[in-house]
Amino acid sequence: MTSTTENKGGAAVPTLTTDHSRAKADGAHSHGVVPAGSRAERVTSFDLADIPVPTGREEEWRFTPVDRLQPLFAPELGAAGVRTTVVPAPEVRVEIVGRDDERLGTAGKPGDRTAVTAWNAFTEATVVTVPAEAVASDVTSVRVEGISKDATASHLLIRAERFSQAVVVVDHLGDALLDQTVEIVVEEGAHLTVVSVQDWADGAVHASSHRATIARDGRLKHVVVTFGGDVVRITPDATFAGEGAEVEMVGLYFADADQHQEHRLFVDHAQPRCKSRVTYKGALQGVGAHAVWVGDVLIQAHAEGTDTYELNRNLVLTDGARADSVPNLEIETGEIDGAGHASATGRFDDEQLFYLMARGIPEVDARRLVVRGFFAELIDEIGVPAVEERLIASIEAELEKSMSVITGVADAAE
Amino acid sequence: MSTLEIRDLHVSVETKEGPKPILRGVDLTISSGETHAIMGPNGSGKSTLASALAGHPKYEVTSGTVTLDGEDVLEMSVDERARAGIFLAMQYPVEVPGVSVANFLRTAKTAIAGEAPALRTWGKEVKSAMENLRIDPAFAERSVNEGFSGGEKKRHEILQLELFKPTFAILDETDSGLDVDALRIVSEGVNRAKETTDVGVLLITHYTRILRYIKPDFVHVFVDGKVAEEGGPELAERLENEGYDRYVGTGATMA
Ligand SMILES: Nc1ncnc2c1ncn2[C@@H]1O[C@H](COP(=O)(O)OP(=O)(O)O)[C@@H](O)[C@H]1O
Ligand SMILES: [Mg+2]
Repeated sequence: MTSTTENKGGAAVPTLTTDHSRAKADGAHSHGVVPAGSRAERVTSFDLADIPVPTGREEEWRFTPVDRLQPLFAPELGAAGVRTTVVPAPEVRVEIVGRDDERLGTAGKPGDRTAVTAWNAFTEATVVTVPAEAVASDVTSVRVEGISKDATASHLLIRAERFSQAVVVVDHLGDALLDQTVEIVVEEGAHLTVVSVQDWADGAVHASSHRATIARDGRLKHVVVTFGGDVVRITPDATFAGEGAEVEMVGLYFADADQHQEHRLFVDHAQPRCKSRVTYKGALQGVGAHAVWVGDVLIQAHAEGTDTYELNRNLVLTDGARADSVPNLEIETGEIDGAGHASATGRFDDEQLFYLMARGIPEVDARRLVVRGFFAELIDEIGVPAVEERLIASIEAELEKSMSVITGVADAAE
Repeated sequence: MSTLEIRDLHVSVETKEGPKPILRGVDLTISSGETHAIMGPNGSGKSTLASALAGHPKYEVTSGTVTLDGEDVLEMSVDERARAGIFLAMQYPVEVPGVSVANFLRTAKTAIAGEAPALRTWGKEVKSAMENLRIDPAFAERSVNEGFSGGEKKRHEILQLELFKPTFAILDETDSGLDVDALRIVSEGVNRAKETTDVGVLLITHYTRILRYIKPDFVHVFVDGKVAEEGGPELAERLENEGYDRYVGTGATMA
């Protein structure tokens, strides 16, 4: 097997650019970190016994505060901690089904401990179906609300049948200790957008395995937005099940003091002539803010004509925050159209601030402009206006929260 | 009628090895409507003067004063200086990704004027100012300075000069790197600003070329962090012929 990586772009980023490395907010960054083990060889299984409780030293857990996730490693998970409410578009069907429903478990196997415990613990699943050839006239909204701190498993399946089109937005709010599976099945020629927003209250702990399979000519836009919660760890896996399929994975996160936000993606180019685009951007502020982004892409030996590009950028707004960014591209065939990645972590650029302030714009407004600008393109890519507006508002709120910290103005509330 | 007065200004720049003194006692007085050319070889401290006047945090004023109609400029923050009427066209304008030119111009104008400009007249004003400077209308939706060529960046700076209508404008090597056409367009912009707003101009340049388009009332030769000689436009002509050699001895020429 050949394993090569290629780096493109990322040059427009201020201060420091890293690849295959961890970038810290203080500017020190180390190369030579042991590369991720081959994704092709990673154990996946529905069986608890195959995936033991991690120690924290494993490749897929090395950045995670595993002690804070302990309750979700246990096989005994209840169902009472969250309430799930679905408001479907008129064309979309919603069911609650038992775990023996044969449509469940078709989008791939669990790939880590929380994913396997989530799979084994749930008793009922929510199934959202966009019927064949239906074009949903409205957004389908799934609301997952934390109502108690009992360790809880939940399972959601989103199915876009042949040639259907829909947008499904999954919101997470309140306080919870949630171990979740989101299965996404995109059938032939279907176009599905799934947006998962983690807007948890402080204290929430959330592990979520998103597993998507995309059939021939299908298209999935997968959007992850993480603002709230103490520990949020999301592992979106996307596998192509037919030729000509596309996945676009977009992520936006904003980590505050002591928040751990981890996004680990895996795109499996298991079919020829498929396309993947991954763009994740995050801002970090406050002591102990920690963002982790890992982007694994595997191009299998028979996946000729693959076109893939992944990008992660972090904007570090204050001292004491830390971003780890690890793109990882495994290529088993030379017959590809394009494969690249870029990863960059930069501090807030004081020259940008000076330029704007030299035009009369007060510091607080200037900072806001720069951060908004950092996310602007990404927000445009989401393509769901209602979500875009909410995101802009959430980013403003995040900035508001911390502006006193950034500008050094005392604020009793902080 | 306003006056910008610089008295015995000493400035150090922050470097890794500690503060490094650059300006060693600059004296300069500019009044509304006047154009002062500051000429000097590379490294003589011209940009340092410009940055210090605008309040860049890297440049520390160790002694001296700067006043605008008697008000202490050095006490003001960067944005306060801009709102007080000081404008700096930068030698190397900064890219601000994701912030459109249109949004930037409106935000800055609002900050400087203290109120949002009237929507309809502002739109027209921006459009015609862009036309005058031969800036493609598509630039309004592009990110500030991102991917702009050197000449486009400079025209964007002069666009701001025309729209923000400052009392004093410091133009830091706005001419550098421009071809003849762009130089003429940019110079016309500065001249329009002079005619319509009576702006006082501090025209920093390495070459005499731009002085054919923008007529200075005074010329100051800047060497080693201070004014080595001053005079009228005739001084520029002498520099054109002789270069800076007489001031610095070796190396530095008009190139
Ligand atoms: N940020 C800086 N760090 C270190 N040295 C600087 C910095 N800015 C200016 N200098 C030094 O100060 C001197 C004057 O520079 P500058 O003001 O840019 O000159 P000019 O604009 O006349 O070419 C030069 O020797 C330059 O190297
Ligand atoms: Mg200079």
